Amino acid sequence: MKRREFLQLAGMGIGGAMLTVPLIGNAVDVDRLLESPLDVLQKKRLADIGLNSAKANGASYADVRIGRYLNQYIFTREDKLQNAVNTESFGVGIRVIANGTWGFASTSDVSDEGIKKAAEQATAIAKANAKIQTEPVKLAPVQSHGEVSWKTPLEKNAVAVPLQEKVDLLLSANAEAINNGANYVNSALFLINEQKYFASTEGSYIDQDVHRIWPNFNVTAIDPDTGKYKSRQALSSPMGMGFEYMDPRPESMKEGPGGTLHFYDRYDMIKDAGLAGKQAKEMLKADSIKAGKYDLVLDPNHLGLTIHESIGHATELDRVLGYEANYAGTSFATLDKWRSKDFKYGSDIVNVFADKTQQGSLGAVGYDDEGVKTKKWDLIKDGVLVNYQAIRDQAHIINEDESHGCCYSQSWNDVQFQRMPNVSLSPGKEKYSPDDMIKDVEKGIYIVGRGSYSIDQQRYNFQFGGTLFFEIEDGKIKGPVNDVAYQSNTQEFWNSCTKICDESDYKTFGSFFDGKGQPSQISSVSHGSATTRFNGVNVINTARNI
Amino acid sequence: MAILSKEEAKQILEKVMSFSTADSLEASLSGSGRGNIRYARNTVTTSGYNDDVSLGVTANFGKKSASSTINEFDDESLRKVVKRAEELAKLAPENPEFMEPLGPQDYKESKTFYKSTADITPEYRAELAKKSIEPAKAKDVTAAGYLEDTSGFSSIMNSKGLFAYSQESELEFTVTMRTNDGTGSGWVTRDFNDVNQFNGEEASAVALEKSIMSRNAKAIEPGKYTVILEPAASVQLLGNMLFNMGARQADEGRSFLSKQGGGTKLGEKLVDERVNIYSDPFNERVPANAWNGDGLPRERTSWIENGVVKNMSYSRYWADKKGVKPVPGPANGIMVGGDASTEDLIKSTKRGILVTRLWYIRTVDPQTLLYTGLTRDGTFYIENGKIKHPIKNMRFNESPIIMLNNLEELGQQQRINGSLIPVMKIRDFTFTSLSDAV
Repeated sequence: MKRREFLQLAGMGIGGAMLTVPLIGNAVDVDRLLESPLDVLQKKRLADIGLNSAKANGASYADVRIGRYLNQYIFTREDKLQNAVNTESFGVGIRVIANGTWGFASTSDVSDEGIKKAAEQATAIAKANAKIQTEPVKLAPVQSHGEVSWKTPLEKNAVAVPLQEKVDLLLSANAEAINNGANYVNSALFLINEQKYFASTEGSYIDQDVHRIWPNFNVTAIDPDTGKYKSRQALSSPMGMGFEYMDPRPESMKEGPGGTLHFYDRYDMIKDAGLAGKQAKEMLKADSIKAGKYDLVLDPNHLGLTIHESIGHATELDRVLGYEANYAGTSFATLDKWRSKDFKYGSDIVNVFADKTQQGSLGAVGYDDEGVKTKKWDLIKDGVLVNYQAIRDQAHIINEDESHGCCYSQSWNDVQFQRMPNVSLSPGKEKYSPDDMIKDVEKGIYIVGRGSYSIDQQRYNFQFGGTLFFEIEDGKIKGPVNDVAYQSNTQEFWNSCTKICDESDYKTFGSFFDGKGQPSQISSVSHGSATTRFNGVNVINTARNI
Repeated sequence: MAILSKEEAKQILEKVMSFSTADSLEASLSGSGRGNIRYARNTVTTSGYNDDVSLGVTANFGKKSASSTINEFDDESLRKVVKRAEELAKLAPENPEFMEPLGPQDYKESKTFYKSTADITPEYRAELAKKSIEPAKAKDVTAAGYLEDTSGFSSIMNSKGLFAYSQESELEFTVTMRTNDGTGSGWVTRDFNDVNQFNGEEASAVALEKSIMSRNAKAIEPGKYTVILEPAASVQLLGNMLFNMGARQADEGRSFLSKQGGGTKLGEKLVDERVNIYSDPFNERVPANAWNGDGLPRERTSWIENGVVKNMSYSRYWADKKGVKPVPGPANGIMVGGDASTEDLIKSTKRGILVTRLWYIRTVDPQTLLYTGLTRDGTFYIENGKIKHPIKNMRFNESPIIMLNNLEELGQQQRINGSLIPVMKIRDFTFTSLSDAV
């Protein structure tokens, strides 16, 4: 019953799986999304005003982020366009260290005077907070990059694609779902473009142009006789790509166990919607699962969320240290476990890495929001916890001499802080397909797609649902089942990991709206994996009568 | 600048209307000032203030509509935002669910604004953090908390003569206290429209006491237990039920209120007959805006009466299609309670569990409103009318519909997240697994 701070654009997935979208920025004409970014020389001049003002006011360090954030959201329902919104947000955020303490201020007044005033405010806030600061900020050194730029590799800028073409695609997908048995369908396309300029007193001037795309739908089939209804979401993954993601290529799609379709670096929305209509109808007649222990075979499109919740968040150093204690919580993966160098997070085949450079991923950028060049590093090696996710003011705590480059802010008017990079499970080394995996399972469940997800505030106990469930008996898919959720403890679960398919099955799952912080901010992140098996996991039956 | 007076807002909106050539024009003007302070590890981590005013304009030509937004208010800017909306509307496809803007409406006043809250200063916020951190330090406990105060205004006008204006202020405070031995955690939440009703020291003391009480929790077997749910524990489950009471979803057969064989459960008994839930924007303890985004006046609306589904919400489009009166969704939730205090409910419990809050609540099945989540920050075992010891957190899988059918006793109401919810005793609440999280 909490009144929301943000404007809710539309509801998708009616019937419990409501998706609310925070609208960042002001609604604008689509032409504004195609205007050229501010000239880089002009941005440098404005950034220098901020840096010099901060120093003149007593800051020992300052960074300036000039951001232009452009979004497009398109919503349809059956044969109707419900809404199409373009938004723009433009302004400057200035972060400083003064008297050993952080201060931050932002303004939409991107003039010389506006920037000077924000720098002054940020410095004043730092000085005020310094009075109750217990330990001065210690920054890991960073290389001065000079004037550099980075852009998401794009084949087709999604914003430049005519709106009608995008609407037609969504409506075609809706029609395909209805033609294949769905009673209702909502679909949406989310496009994001972050034009970010970063400058710091340490000599970096970084211009970046980041693009992301997310096609999605929710299909519902109803049986009026029984009063039951079942929904099936899209099996797309949001990507750090252009509109080329929506151009299907035969080699980017594979058929999987149980009549499933799996999409890799391209997405066939119409084909997925047609299958969704059929599967939603089939789900109405599927058996209810018998609770018990099962071997789980998890598709990457499902496993990504499990990785996100049980490893991604658990290895955020700010959570480990207690900065999120009042909101998202802390972490069981405490410093003593990391220092022991033998904490078995998972079985020997579990290797998890963080990577901000992975092409096509949601978290891919050239430099993070404090000017650190992005990289790849290990979090779990051969099952042992070996590292965390740290930014410049945390690196010394884990004895590192440089940041991991995972600092991020959702907008120019929010302060940047440690956010999850892409966190992924390495594929297995031997050739092994999902079909091979199914053949080896006596009693199990094959799970595809995201469902309900919940984990405790220290990332131990979790429960996950899914989109599609197929019961496995004696190495064969027996049929679809309903009412499945699995419960486990993070350490037990990852130690029950017994087999991982090879590189050819590796793909990314993604989340557009990962929330953290107070005031809360969102970020986008991908999680890669191949189909993976976990032995003897507790499955509950979620059917109820009301 | 954040809070324009009624006259100032009216003047700008009238000017916007005068610049339009559309069949009809709707405009909304709102602004707010938001201050916050965040602390963790017994020190302030961030604090800030944000001030913004924005104007949104929707132009309609027949069934074609489009919107545009601006945050500049000189004549040229106002002309520009109207023109842009009109140009876009002419290009837009027809919306078959388009509804003509409403004509003038009568609004009853709801007292949602307090100058005391609008006057909160950075010094007040810093002092609050200090008063929360110092007692924690003295008891070997670490505080992490957040205070956010908001004050602002909202107004809408359309070319059919509708005008609505309101002001609102609110503060929300939460703090988590964790004992330094890592075995205890306590939490509290408070929210008010008027800062003078808020006592940060009292609130922090509640969380501090719970953290110390909850040290060295023991494990008990998951299963079905009698629970005493503090209002912060049940508010989200009840809210999820209340905000899923849309008539369109039910009519379409995809709601917990859809009936087997077609139709809805309107007028049917759904939960225990002692359950009465309504919304009322004019309740002095939880005042809310007296109009919704369409400009429809909000009235006191009964949703569940003596356990029976009394009303469902109808959008203007769906009401028109079904030939009924539109019913705006709730802006707050008020569940009728009893006289018993939490202590009274504990005294009358032979064996049970006291729950401070529930965390990470997610839908498992929308058809049965089955939710999962966990207890957090203070879970205690009750035996023979007394708290016996803290227990480890547990995961639940439960539906608010089943929960409200298993009602044992209702206690006193408490304001929580802008709603009034009683402390409740519920039998057979389903816990499905244990958590080691503190």
